[in-house]
Amino acid sequence: MKSIPRKLASVLWLAGAWVGGAAHAVGDLPGGPAVNQLNLHPPVTRIAEEQHFLHWMMLIICTVIFVAVFAVMFYSIWKHRRSQGAKSANFHESVTVEVVWTVIPFLIVIGMALPATKVLVAQKDTTNADLTIKTTGYQWKWGYDYLKGEGEGLSYISTIDSSHRAMSNTGNVANAPDDYLLRVDNPLVVPVGKKIRIITTANDVIHAFMVPAFGIKQDAIPGFVRDTWFRAEKVGDYYGQCAELCGKEHAYMPIHVKVLSATDYSQWVEAEMKKAAAKLDDPAKVWTLDDIMKRGEKVYAANCAACHQASGKGAGPIKPLDGSAIVKDADHAKQIQVLLQGAANGAMPAWKQLSDTDLAAVVSYTKNAWSNKTGQLVQPSEIVAQRAK
Amino acid sequence: MSAVLDHPAHAGGHAHDAHDHHHGPTGWRRWLFATNHKDIGTLYLLFSFTMLMVGGVLALLIRAELFQPGLQLVNPELFNQLTTMHGLIMVFGAIMPAFVGFANWMIPLQIGASDMAFARMNNFSFWLMIPAALLLVGSFFMPGGAPAAGWTLYAPLTLQMGPSMDAGIFAMHILGASSIMGSINIIVTILNMRAPGMTLMKMPMFAWTWLITAYLLIAVMPVLAGAITMTLTDRHFGTSFFNPAGGGDPVMYQHIFWFFGHPEVYIMILPAFGIISQIVPAFARKKLFGYASMVYATSSIAILSFIVWAHHMFTTGMPVTGQLFFMYATMLISVPTAVKIFNWIATMWRGSMTFETPMLFAVGFIFVFTIGGFTGLILAMAPIDIQLQDTYYVVAHFHYVLVAGSLFALFAGVYYWLPKWTGVMYSEVRGKIHFWLSLIFFNITFFPMHFLGLAGMPRRYADYPMQFADFNAIASIGSLGFGLAQVYFFVFVVLPCMRGKGAKAPAKPWDGAEGLEWEVPSPAPFHTFENPPKLDATATRVIG
Repeated sequence: MKSIPRKLASVLWLAGAWVGGAAHAVGDLPGGPAVNQLNLHPPVTRIAEEQHFLHWMMLIICTVIFVAVFAVMFYSIWKHRRSQGAKSANFHESVTVEVVWTVIPFLIVIGMALPATKVLVAQKDTTNADLTIKTTGYQWKWGYDYLKGEGEGLSYISTIDSSHRAMSNTGNVANAPDDYLLRVDNPLVVPVGKKIRIITTANDVIHAFMVPAFGIKQDAIPGFVRDTWFRAEKVGDYYGQCAELCGKEHAYMPIHVKVLSATDYSQWVEAEMKKAAAKLDDPAKVWTLDDIMKRGEKVYAANCAACHQASGKGAGPIKPLDGSAIVKDADHAKQIQVLLQGAANGAMPAWKQLSDTDLAAVVSYTKNAWSNKTGQLVQPSEIVAQRAK
Repeated sequence: MSAVLDHPAHAGGHAHDAHDHHHGPTGWRRWLFATNHKDIGTLYLLFSFTMLMVGGVLALLIRAELFQPGLQLVNPELFNQLTTMHGLIMVFGAIMPAFVGFANWMIPLQIGASDMAFARMNNFSFWLMIPAALLLVGSFFMPGGAPAAGWTLYAPLTLQMGPSMDAGIFAMHILGASSIMGSINIIVTILNMRAPGMTLMKMPMFAWTWLITAYLLIAVMPVLAGAITMTLTDRHFGTSFFNPAGGGDPVMYQHIFWFFGHPEVYIMILPAFGIISQIVPAFARKKLFGYASMVYATSSIAILSFIVWAHHMFTTGMPVTGQLFFMYATMLISVPTAVKIFNWIATMWRGSMTFETPMLFAVGFIFVFTIGGFTGLILAMAPIDIQLQDTYYVVAHFHYVLVAGSLFALFAGVYYWLPKWTGVMYSEVRGKIHFWLSLIFFNITFFPMHFLGLAGMPRRYADYPMQFADFNAIASIGSLGFGLAQVYFFVFVVLPCMRGKGAKAPAKPWDGAEGLEWEVPSPAPFHTFENPPKLDATATRVIG
């Protein structure tokens, strides 16, 4: 809470600015709201276009009915007033009239429902997506994980521009930019003309992922996954906001979708992948036995010890690694192959999702732990080479 | 309410006084121990107006914050508390009790009964509301402030709330119990205590609509109680009904809530239809065009209201068949609603109309409520709803049906029956001023919200992009005017009548009005119809 005088001062200041017309002139935000926008956002997807059509259709039908019905009422109000000398008639109850005015609205409603059904079915068809992205609602930001398609593996968080959040708190928006409260640090980037499937979920409470220009809004529900889709037809920047009350910063978790051409998108993916890779271990690094043993022990404990035991002796059907011929073999490829592909019809699963460095470390570790003591050292580059085969 | 409020034992100087053997308590005891349906009706009406003012102040704080982008007055935490409590107080504290007040006052008078069936339970169901209201309003002063999860109280956000959430849940439980008792009372009164000759199909429309509403209440209030009880046990007793961290389903909460919530909106509009169906014929001086079809339309709306709940949940990601079903069922509701509108207009047609304030509000109701009905039809279309769900379009829609619908109908009813309650005529000029101010400021407030919603401004936002600024400023100005118009109504219309200032009202101040309430003097004596009246063939006149 702010001090009362400060509040009053800011209100007075704003009132003055508003009355005096001195307020900062704000412009339309392409892909976001326009100043005093009267209708839905200009559609950028087929579905949004259909929604536009349906809305216009409904608006026109409803307006025509409204005008017709109330023309009758106001005619009656004008003509059938006592001050105009109107004498009240005494008619009431007419089955014919009542059946007619029940059946006609019923038929109109059916006429409205038919085109809506078509759009609804298309809207729910999330199959055959070119790119699948999981969006996770957090209090109060969005997480994007590229699950399938070009860019697979990318994962990042998108948060409101902190200067906008701070400006909101000051209460002084005189210098607010056109994308006030809509600018984020990392926009969601997608290629144009491709079917993008958005899978929503949430980490804490329900959020809703909405982008009006695409005609999508899908609740992001913790513990559940839901999906929606869009195929943007124009490159550009499109904006939306969280649409389900999610706590105090509900108004401050905007969505910015950047639609790029296919080549720009590929370049973006490549650049992001490089950035992501830079953060990882360099697979070209040459390790010493001591260092890689330490790393390998951790990887072993986290992934292997549950079955093969910390002692490496295995248990029941689980094969022991201590003294294993494959592990002790001087040909590293044999053991690496088992890790990458799995063995025993999947009883030993494949571990190819582990990084090259982690795999090299765990192989090196098992080759030297317990009674194995082979002195063999496996470098990440060997894993890279074997993966390529 | 001059006679009613001040001189219970000597109710006016009318014929019934000769037999007035009332020796009830006086002073504060008269109200605390009230068992008279008229006293309890008055209590309900005053209570609901008080809550209307409280909820209105919260609304004005919301609108003041939204007058300009940026946070000037409240922080986002408090903003969410304001929207939540505005909704809860208006729905459960203002609109619902107001209709119960009308039911208490008018149903015994309309059906020729001496009082409500269960007089002491009637007292209890009113006085239960006071602690509930105190809990609701007092929750602002609890640690962490009032509940801030929206009036819909969606899980799992409710699990993050402070202790005030429990106070809120407890308050809702109490209000629910009160509503159920009130409904039982109304059903038993209507079914058992009608004067001889008043068959169900001769009953006034207001009694009919309340009978149906009371059944709706009994059906759905326990559902709400269940939903909030599960929320309570999730919060404190380690259950996981709605808590996804324990395998619970937050969407299930929404299903249960809206199974209550959708009939609830009809609970708030059906008695309004009843009031309008009484007023239009009275001022058109012509019988209601289709009495039977009105009864059937009301019943159809009530039944359909149970199978449309998930249209509030199109964006939760229901399967396509679910969305189709709820879309069709919802659109179907527009048919009986249209039948009602046509009926009212056919009643006006070739009538001999005058436009005193009750009629103005009734016509205003029909006109503006229909706008809300059409936006409801537009929202019912799932593909469009995907764009509009949780935006200001929805806010505009439900204020068109709840303010221009329910509240305007309540005002129409107040003006219509105020002479009966107080024994004096309200000032017609002031009534008309109140009507026009309300109508104009209502539209200034809520019409721009359609545009905001179409442009994608989400609801429950403490701050918004610059492009939405102008319409928000207009809405804020309108809301201030609308709020002041209601203060004007109380101070310059209701209070003078309660003090007995104004022309003396005849037993039947409206020459076209029909019904037993106009057969007793104005103000209605403390006791009426102590012996069952003998009715004429239409059951609208007492013949001895």
